[in-house]
Amino acid sequence: MSRFIERHPAWALIVIIAVAIALWLIFAVWPPGLEEAIGRKRVFLNAVFNGITLGGLYFLVASGFTLIFGLMRNVNLAHGSLYLFGGYVGYAISTSTGSWILGFIVAFVLTALVGVLLQVIVFRRMEGQDLRQTMVTIGLSIVFADLMLWACGGDFYQIQTPGWLIGPVDLPLITAVKSSGEPVYLRYPMVRLVIFAASVVIGLAMWLALNRTRIGMIIRAGVDDRDILAATGVRIQLVFVLVFAFGAGLAGIAGVVGGTFQSLSPGEDIRFLLASLVVVIVGGMGSIPGAALGALIIGLAEQLGSVYIPTYAIVVTFLIMVLVLAIRPQGLLARR
Amino acid sequence: MSLAHDARVPARPALAQRPARTWPEINNPAAWIVAAILVIMPLIANGFFLIEIFATALILGIMALSLMFLAGYGGMVSLMQLTIAGFTAYMVAVFGVSGNTNISLGWPWWLAVPMALALATAFGTLGGALAVRTEGIYTIMITLAIGAAFYYFTNQNWAIFNGHTGINTVATPHFWGVNWRADIPFYYVVLAVAALCYFAVEYLARAPFGLALQGVRDNPRRMAALGFNVNAHRVAAYAFASFVAALAGVLQVWNYRQISPGSVSVGACIDVLIIAVVGGITRPIGPFIGALIFVLLRTFALDFLVRLGLDGNRFRLLIGLGFLAIVFWSSDGVIGLWQRWRQSHRPRSDRPAGGRGHG
Repeated sequence: MSRFIERHPAWALIVIIAVAIALWLIFAVWPPGLEEAIGRKRVFLNAVFNGITLGGLYFLVASGFTLIFGLMRNVNLAHGSLYLFGGYVGYAISTSTGSWILGFIVAFVLTALVGVLLQVIVFRRMEGQDLRQTMVTIGLSIVFADLMLWACGGDFYQIQTPGWLIGPVDLPLITAVKSSGEPVYLRYPMVRLVIFAASVVIGLAMWLALNRTRIGMIIRAGVDDRDILAATGVRIQLVFVLVFAFGAGLAGIAGVVGGTFQSLSPGEDIRFLLASLVVVIVGGMGSIPGAALGALIIGLAEQLGSVYIPTYAIVVTFLIMVLVLAIRPQGLLARR
Repeated sequence: MSLAHDARVPARPALAQRPARTWPEINNPAAWIVAAILVIMPLIANGFFLIEIFATALILGIMALSLMFLAGYGGMVSLMQLTIAGFTAYMVAVFGVSGNTNISLGWPWWLAVPMALALATAFGTLGGALAVRTEGIYTIMITLAIGAAFYYFTNQNWAIFNGHTGINTVATPHFWGVNWRADIPFYYVVLAVAALCYFAVEYLARAPFGLALQGVRDNPRRMAALGFNVNAHRVAAYAFASFVAALAGVLQVWNYRQISPGSVSVGACIDVLIIAVVGGITRPIGPFIGALIFVLLRTFALDFLVRLGLDGNRFRLLIGLGFLAIVFWSSDGVIGLWQRWRQSHRPRSDRPAGGRGHG
């Protein structure tokens, strides 16, 4: 952190000012002039919270994608299909058993199994041929999309939020002050906060696992140089299978989250594939903190954009990607 | 990239290596037969086959040709070729005459079309300039992201792109007393443009620029050391490919007379890649073969599947499985399969028909 400030003082200043403005916008009571200029504070806060929680969802999808890419140099364009598959599985389980948590577990296990099959049957056979793997995953995503359309139809599904998570909570953030002087607090859906907290926990756990455990050390070594790692006697194929299974499982979990937040329908697979592509391009391929930062930026940009400039919301996301590519083609937090 | 590398034509006899300055098709009887059949097609086929099958396949083939040029000679797999074509189609509809009078500016076609072509080429070149900042699989991701962003943008924007309804009843050119959208004239227009693009790509592949581009594909570092501007060659390749794709876009909007976000969806972008890969991305004829297969499948798979007692809606499954099979077993698409078959049935001294290859 201090090194960044030393090396890029101007950028650091801009970042600090931006953070300060953002904090003031979130915590202060807005003066009337500002409310007239850009609308109610409640709208702004809601957009910020929606953006952050959406960023949590994007992080779940993109972290699996980036983990797989980082270790195996394998762009899995069927990642969106795994997301949708996990969502459908979660829907089926949670409606038949009534247990939301069970839906998560089964979705994780089943998508992880699909991931294992993909790695063993497809990717191991064409190791090192990036482009061919990419083509194969494109073919697979078409096949998966059609199979899921066959099995589930073109309807919209929404996973029922469990009873103990329904309803809003009051957050200690003042949106406005009534004429009587009584402050009005922000009310926000409980389930989104819980899910966001869960994705933060998963992210931290991943970071700890990668940086503090033996298997994490193996994975990091594999990211740096997998040939030497294999030469030291690590069973690299087993590590590949495990990482692929975990990354796919994360996509499955994200599918259940997405099914609860939003809805599941054909086409969502492509939407989330695109989202994770943009997130990892912005954050840096193969970097977990990069995926977190990218997911936060893209989630916020999408939500704030859709509130303040509805027609051009998607263009904002795209412009961010262009800007990052122009300034730092390898992504914001990539090492290379 | 690896796909193009794997697909390199197997070693040819050294004697045949002399660079031919004539068009390779001149000595190839099969090419003459195909050309003759294509020219007299209106005598053989009725309106449905002429437009729905052959003209559509040629248009898709031109789009896939632009991808083939980038992927085969430049080593850059771009998924935004359809987006460029769709952008052109939108621009033709916006500048020209259409049913949506509140959007269309009503320019005559000879003004609207060059404008659309110029804008689309600029758009594609800019996208290319962005994509060349990265390499290999990153290019796929960035161009896919550009394509998807354009799709969502057209869906949301009502001022120019008219949201998800798109622009309908786009006017087609009438001049010299001919309705150029009538079946037979339109077929010849499409055929002429396709032939032009095909020979342009073939010419460019053997011109100094094309050779340098292939050098950049095979070893960018070495080309840079030799004094070639690697990125400039790549961006120029994008510019040319964008122009080819833009021509296809003009033909497409005249063919359907309407344009909507559905025609620039991500699935459609990927279809172009499928067409090029299934046909083969090492030779300009590949995309056209792939497009013909694709259109035939798309048109008849439903009837065929129903006749077999299966669900006709599973057409995309069939396409996906076919694509997977091709990618798994032949890295050079149908052409590669054909060539391998020819070689296993012929003595080695005989050159395969399309064996001039490149690179």
